[in-house]
Amino acid sequence: MKTDVVVIGGGIAGLEASTALHNLGHHVILIEKKDILGGHVALWDKLFPNNKNASSIIHYLKDHLPQNLTILLSTEITNISKRNNSFFIETNFHQTIETKSVLVATGYDVFNAHLKEEYGYGIYDNVITSAELEEMFKNNKPILTKQGKEPSRIGFVHCVGSRDRKINNLYCSKVCCVTAVKQAIEIRQKLPFSETYCFYMDLRMYGLNFEELYNESQEKYGVTFIRGRLSEASETIDGKIIIKVEDTLLGRPLKMTMDMLVLMVGMVPSAGTSFLINKLDLLSNNGHFIASSDEHLLANYTNVNGVFVAGTASSPKSIDDTFADARSAVLAIHQYLTSQKM
Amino acid sequence: MKIEGKKQIWSSYQKEIANDNYYYARSCIRQNFFPGAENMFIKILREQLNKNIFDDERQTTCTGIGYHSSIVLPETTMTVIARQFSLMNEAGYDNFICSCVTSFGLYTEVIETWTHFPETLEKTKEYLYKSTGRTFQIPQNLVHASDIIYKFRYELLHKLKYKLIHHKTGKPLNVVEHIGCHYAKIFPHKGVGGAEYPHVLAGLIEAWGGNMVDYPERRHCCGFGFRQYLIKANRGYSYSHSLKKFESMQPYEVDLIITNCPGCNYFLDRWQYVAAIEEKKLFGAENKAIPVLTFEELAALLLGYDPWKIGLQMHQIPVEPLLDKIGITYNKKEKYFGTKPPQIPEILNYC
Repeated sequence: MKTDVVVIGGGIAGLEASTALHNLGHHVILIEKKDILGGHVALWDKLFPNNKNASSIIHYLKDHLPQNLTILLSTEITNISKRNNSFFIETNFHQTIETKSVLVATGYDVFNAHLKEEYGYGIYDNVITSAELEEMFKNNKPILTKQGKEPSRIGFVHCVGSRDRKINNLYCSKVCCVTAVKQAIEIRQKLPFSETYCFYMDLRMYGLNFEELYNESQEKYGVTFIRGRLSEASETIDGKIIIKVEDTLLGRPLKMTMDMLVLMVGMVPSAGTSFLINKLDLLSNNGHFIASSDEHLLANYTNVNGVFVAGTASSPKSIDDTFADARSAVLAIHQYLTSQKM
Repeated sequence: MKIEGKKQIWSSYQKEIANDNYYYARSCIRQNFFPGAENMFIKILREQLNKNIFDDERQTTCTGIGYHSSIVLPETTMTVIARQFSLMNEAGYDNFICSCVTSFGLYTEVIETWTHFPETLEKTKEYLYKSTGRTFQIPQNLVHASDIIYKFRYELLHKLKYKLIHHKTGKPLNVVEHIGCHYAKIFPHKGVGGAEYPHVLAGLIEAWGGNMVDYPERRHCCGFGFRQYLIKANRGYSYSHSLKKFESMQPYEVDLIITNCPGCNYFLDRWQYVAAIEEKKLFGAENKAIPVLTFEELAALLLGYDPWKIGLQMHQIPVEPLLDKIGITYNKKEKYFGTKPPQIPEILNYC
């Protein structure tokens, strides 16, 4: 198979870019390793800050996919190499695709919370991740502890796997703060008699209406925000979680008992992103996400001519930022392919 | 509690532990607090495991308590440790065992310092040579004594006369393990199982039939913490730390505490005694205090050595309830080898 551009990754960046590139007259092949499109957004229930259904985004993108776009689902890349000005992509179906350009839209993986050993994820029954809580919301599962009780006190731990020197992830994952606010509100809506606490370092409410959501969470829903990072979590004999944290505003240590602890897991480069960094000799930012040629002027270009990047493969991004980045990548690829044709 | 989660962590914190031919560095304070423990360690290695271990009378303190109290300079500490290594070299050994957790942490810290700052290593060599005329090589393998027992826990299992099982009910005994802070909290990869969920003693409990108790204040300091205890005005902190742990473990009806650190063993034992007298509080199963043993004492006990020859009478909390549960026979009259027994407070006089 020969094509103008292969888009790797069928999340929102890949879908948006594939459609736009096709509409600009380029031949596009979209490769997705899973059997469904939509990436992480397909797993989400409601979006911040407006409670929009995440599925509406995916439906919109799928509805606008061109009829004759080539989409390869359940397809994994086994090898990719560059010869002259073309890239040769081999797949698990023993196909070889020759393409003039590649858009890496391989996204992120959720931080493996096991690595923050002191929080007891995977050991203590009632320590879960924000992704798992979202999955409960999406599937309308009752919010229950492992002991089958409605939790009366729930803690949200911010920055799990982000801004953390101990695990060598110094970057901010950008969306976890506001996600915690959104999820804490949803908990209060579903369990009105519960107490919810957010433990944060600082709150990065950078987006439009984020600050309003944060204010609403306190004024309308009574979510309590405590500035301080957890030092450890442990389990009581009846399965509750005891946390130790310093309240850095009051300047004193706290010890609190929670029925459920939610870890706000950040973004790390996906396995696919890391694979392509290795295979294509792409530069990365401190061993993490794919580095842009220039963060300001050439954000979607990489150090390899003909390889472009979009979405969270290059850094943590919100959905809005991902769309903007995907459209920007489309322009960059369009210019690249047009100049080649000339 | 999901044990699979712990196993996943344990698998990522394994360390190399030499198989034989050890140079043994004793602890300063253990020899005073409970001298039988170190002797039993040597006996177990020689008699049960048929290992070669060298007990060198020329060794000195590692300076650990002085170092952590800021009364011994780091350069002095490094030179003293270099001399210990020189003694090991001279005796023809490469594998160094520390009896004391503070020593283990300090030796590890010094070796790490030398690794990252080779100029400091050169300075230490110079100081050692000028002061003693000695040279030295860093050990090929540095471990804590509890690492050795952990390594051979299944070999010992086949030789055990008793297990951590109640001999009448057949139920596993509830055992708390307390790991000295300096074992893995400074360098998690130097401890078996890491710092958050150490496996070095939990592995013994598992292998020998007990039920490991993971209680909320498991990670908390035992109360020794040098500056809490060495400074007299701070001793209230020491007691309150220990008390916090005892109160936290109380709901689990604990039958036994085992430790791998001299200070931890001493303070978890001693402050229970104080709590019993001063506050009339007992924290163990059946409303009794909880016996506190070192890992070697436990191994020796289960191997069938006489409790009084192990030195269990040196602990302030009576061990007889534990012996009764395991089904170990003992002679009450021989506990103090014919010497006048100490006066036991009424609240602890239940044996």
